[in-house]
Amino acid sequence: MRTQTTGPALQLPEKHYLNATYGIRSWLLTTDHKRIALLYLASVTFFFFIGGFFAMMIRLHLLTPNGLLLTPDMYNRMFTMHGVAMVFFFLIPSIPAVLGNFLIPLMVGAKDLAFPKINLLSWYIYVVGGLFTLWSMVNGGLDTGWTFYTPFSTLYSNSAVAPAVVGVFITGFSSILTGLNFLVTVHTMRAPGMTWFRLPLFVWAHYATSIVMILGTPVIAITLGLAAMERVFGLGFFNPAMGGDPILFQHLFWFYSHPAVYIMILPAMGVISELIPTFARKRLFGYHFVAAASLAIAVIGFLVWTHHMFLTGQSTYAAVAFSFLTFIVAIPSAIKTFNWTATLFGGSISFDTPMLYAFGFLGLFLIGGLTGLFLGALGVDINIHDTYFVVAHFHYIMVGGAVMGYLGGLHFWWPKITGRMYPEWLARIAAFILFIGFNFTFFPQFILGIMGMPRRYHMYPPEFQIYNVMSTAGASILAIGYLLPMVYLTWAAFYGKVAGENPWPSTGLEWKTQSPPLTENFEETPVVTWEAYDFHNRPDLGLDVPSGKGSPVVAPAHGDD
Amino acid sequence: MHRTGALYGQFKTLEQQKDTATLGMWIFLVTEVMFFGGIMLAYTINRHTYFHAFAMGSNTLSLGLGGFNTVVLLASSFTMAMAVWSAQTSRKKLITLFLSLTILLGFVFFGVKYVEYAQKFHHHLVPGKNFDIFYCVNNPAKCDDIDAADMAKEKEEIEAAAKADPDLNAHAQLYYSAYFGMTGLHALHMVIGAGLLFWLLKESVAGKFNAEWNNPVDIVGLYWHFVDIVWIYLFPLLYLIDRHK
Amino acid sequence: MQSSLPTFPEQASNFASNVDALFSFILMTTLFFAVLVTVLIIFAAFKFRRQSEKEVGDDVHGNNVLEVGWTLIPTIIAIGIFAWGAAIYVNYRIAPKDTLDIYLVGKQWMWKLQQPNGRKEINELHIPVNRNVKLIMGSEDVIHDFYVPAFRVKMDVVPGRYNTMWFRPTKTGKYHFFCSQYCGTNHAVMGGWVTVMDPAEYAAWLSGESGDVNPVSAGEHLFTQLACVTCHLSNGTGRAPSLNGVFGANVLLADGSIVVADEAYIRESILQPKAKIVAGYQPVMPTFQGLVTEEQIMNLTAYIKSLQSQPVPAKGAGIAPASAGKK
Repeated sequence: MRTQTTGPALQLPEKHYLNATYGIRSWLLTTDHKRIALLYLASVTFFFFIGGFFAMMIRLHLLTPNGLLLTPDMYNRMFTMHGVAMVFFFLIPSIPAVLGNFLIPLMVGAKDLAFPKINLLSWYIYVVGGLFTLWSMVNGGLDTGWTFYTPFSTLYSNSAVAPAVVGVFITGFSSILTGLNFLVTVHTMRAPGMTWFRLPLFVWAHYATSIVMILGTPVIAITLGLAAMERVFGLGFFNPAMGGDPILFQHLFWFYSHPAVYIMILPAMGVISELIPTFARKRLFGYHFVAAASLAIAVIGFLVWTHHMFLTGQSTYAAVAFSFLTFIVAIPSAIKTFNWTATLFGGSISFDTPMLYAFGFLGLFLIGGLTGLFLGALGVDINIHDTYFVVAHFHYIMVGGAVMGYLGGLHFWWPKITGRMYPEWLARIAAFILFIGFNFTFFPQFILGIMGMPRRYHMYPPEFQIYNVMSTAGASILAIGYLLPMVYLTWAAFYGKVAGENPWPSTGLEWKTQSPPLTENFEETPVVTWEAYDFHNRPDLGLDVPSGKGSPVVAPAHGDD
Repeated sequence: MHRTGALYGQFKTLEQQKDTATLGMWIFLVTEVMFFGGIMLAYTINRHTYFHAFAMGSNTLSLGLGGFNTVVLLASSFTMAMAVWSAQTSRKKLITLFLSLTILLGFVFFGVKYVEYAQKFHHHLVPGKNFDIFYCVNNPAKCDDIDAADMAKEKEEIEAAAKADPDLNAHAQLYYSAYFGMTGLHALHMVIGAGLLFWLLKESVAGKFNAEWNNPVDIVGLYWHFVDIVWIYLFPLLYLIDRHK
Repeated sequence: MQSSLPTFPEQASNFASNVDALFSFILMTTLFFAVLVTVLIIFAAFKFRRQSEKEVGDDVHGNNVLEVGWTLIPTIIAIGIFAWGAAIYVNYRIAPKDTLDIYLVGKQWMWKLQQPNGRKEINELHIPVNRNVKLIMGSEDVIHDFYVPAFRVKMDVVPGRYNTMWFRPTKTGKYHFFCSQYCGTNHAVMGGWVTVMDPAEYAAWLSGESGDVNPVSAGEHLFTQLACVTCHLSNGTGRAPSLNGVFGANVLLADGSIVVADEAYIRESILQPKAKIVAGYQPVMPTFQGLVTEEQIMNLTAYIKSLQSQPVPAKGAGIAPASAGKK
């Protein structure tokens, strides 16, 4: 069932944030969070293409066991730069910097974020960091793996390690400033009546993500700083010949990089928590539990980093403790999944594209998350650590989870961002293509891992070929699934059907203002008197609420203001 | 650029603006704790593993200069707090005075740091090709800024340390990498702090701060106190642990 | 035996069946939940699909009983899986005493292995079936990893330290091994073959066409060449403790603590002799850092091990008396 209402064609509002001012300076010097979000959209999409290009090279090369396309050194650069571009320059910023920036002030009822100029600064920092990394990519490339393990990265690699490390270091500050901005905004900029427990779960998710960003990112900064110093000046912290310890690098690196994966997934979970209530027209089951689970993931996520190091020869007791904590961190994600599923029961479900992405997320995150249990189990990890099983696991979560969440969110909020709808049927087809292509690409990699194929291999024994070919075939389908939205979303931004204020309709504050919004978001500061996702007490949505159902119109506020 | 004391567009009230800026500064300081924490962790682990070399490193630092700098920074935190108080009580001339004193003390700190760094350079204690922990002991004439009694003590200590740790030079270089890394990072933060203080000074001369609006003084104060606290950690970690003298 | 799961390599070590069993258990459990949730989602999507354009769903806040239930049950299952995995791992990390010790050095981009009698191999490992084998591994440059899929075992090889791993091959045959930690250009080619043989065949292979020097005699030669013998007199009257019988024994240190003289202790004593001083002795031993290669350390260790059965002097061994308490 489609959501769109029929009726006379709508008009775009006369004045909105896109036409408020013109010229390149008005974009490059903007402090409007919505324009900054679009600046980020352009830059993360650019890096997505870069990372995607490297992915294509990897999969083409791996069609044959003997690796005829690239030299070993070139292949090693391909997988490294694919990882660096995708992790640091696409996945970590994507949802927070694009959707978070755009929506959080709207969702809390504010005119902008707490620190608009710092927001713009964060984008420039991202760009500068990106430029350093691009410089590295074209001037010798990088072949250390995105994990930069020492002493290979500091002493042995013949690639452009220092500029890449400096680039990632710089971009980390973009992340820190974004997190800082979100935390303060949620604390001090909520509109009257918008109590903590009336906040959309998208905001809770970004709050939790921001905690991780500000606590974790400084640690990778200092770690990469030390590694760069070591490479350039020959300090010895990670060099065994000078008394240093390569494993110290791994501890410092993973202390951030594990929580970083929660930076990547929590915002996507936040998107899903918006999509499902909207397209099931039902409040999210267990709101408080889902909010608490987001915070729990953020906190416990800091306590599991050594599960990346079970086989480095470290203390057995430490490994046991970290494995235990790893299983504990899985529980809040399970709780969320059950709550999302329960929301569907008794709902009124439509299958618009964003909802298709939400369903895709549920299935793929389920597989990705559950396969984490195999890796967290010490006895099994001995066998599958550093094999393609790991590669498949994290792609299921990051691509099947985070990217699906990102695309679902882009589609869902595209009418708010641009004022126009994307073409629905084409979008649904693209979503299916993506889902099918994704599974063909990455499911065979679980099998490769079980069979024993290690990761980061430019050549492999011939018995692994069939699954590699399957994976590459899937990747070509996946690529189409990605290209289609890029094309039609761009087209729709200019020529799509005008959407109106609330096309779905959905319950968030962002839908109570024109599409696209004014620069100052709201004509008058909204006053909130309803709970999140409360379809039964929102006559303004124009839906058929059965009489006698629902709570009183003004729900008592609980939580602080 | 908005005038100081003006209400920025995204806020409803000056009160909200103040609360927001203050919370922002506190969260930023948390990130700084994590940033310094990483290198302090690396230092602490290595201190534990190579305690002979690191003890030797600590002993080559001047307790007098380090102690003096500690007092200087504590005093600067005091003058900073006085500046905040002056702003809160609308004592405009005093704000300028105390900010100036804080900046002055900051520069005294830099001066002493310069002397210390120059000494390290002179003594071949900067990590790199020329690093040599034995340099002064082997070339006392070149290290004429160390008096004879101290030189004898250092010779004794370094010989004991070298017996205990045959790789003394490599491990001492780790100490010095950490020393320059941590104090350098700290100094960089102080330079930024000094810049912020100069801006505050300019604004205070223009009479912008009073009991109604003194938030910038307050939050720069927070930053300055944090930089001071980092030094309070660095001083014992680098100068005092395992000190023999 | 062949694993009952498809695409799994054959099970050729003592760990393999247990690891596969745990894997199967996790697979069954996760499959159960995955199917359950998927079926529920598909069912709900179908049953509660929108019937009319303005329809809304029910007004349900949640259900605390369900929340507690679906928190507790996964937690219990998770802890169960954790415990089983931890048990396998702890067993894997603590090698039994009676092992056939193979020394292994990884470097870019090859493996050098050495049998107890000195026979060296490159990228190949010959071992007897049904015997506990321990690999003592060092790296000359970057971090590598030794991985044998058919044995379900792997361990990083880290420069600056020894890592050990153990297993017991249960089936003769040839099994692939791989480098499993990215180490540069030829990481993917840094593999080889483990050949598990019947004990008689292994013995025959071991003694055949050696030409390589027995590590014990190489170590003995080094012991003299490097002048160790001038202090470590075997009769206990030297400036340093006799090394007879010391390997594997408890050593009493000057600070009162007791350590076991294992391979890591021997290596440390050679490279950083001041780290642990034996009680009753002066810290006069010079370091051999930079003077010996990893292989030479291994040969010296093999020689010192061979002194285990030599008569221990009444005085002048570093061995802790039986009466010495634990610290």
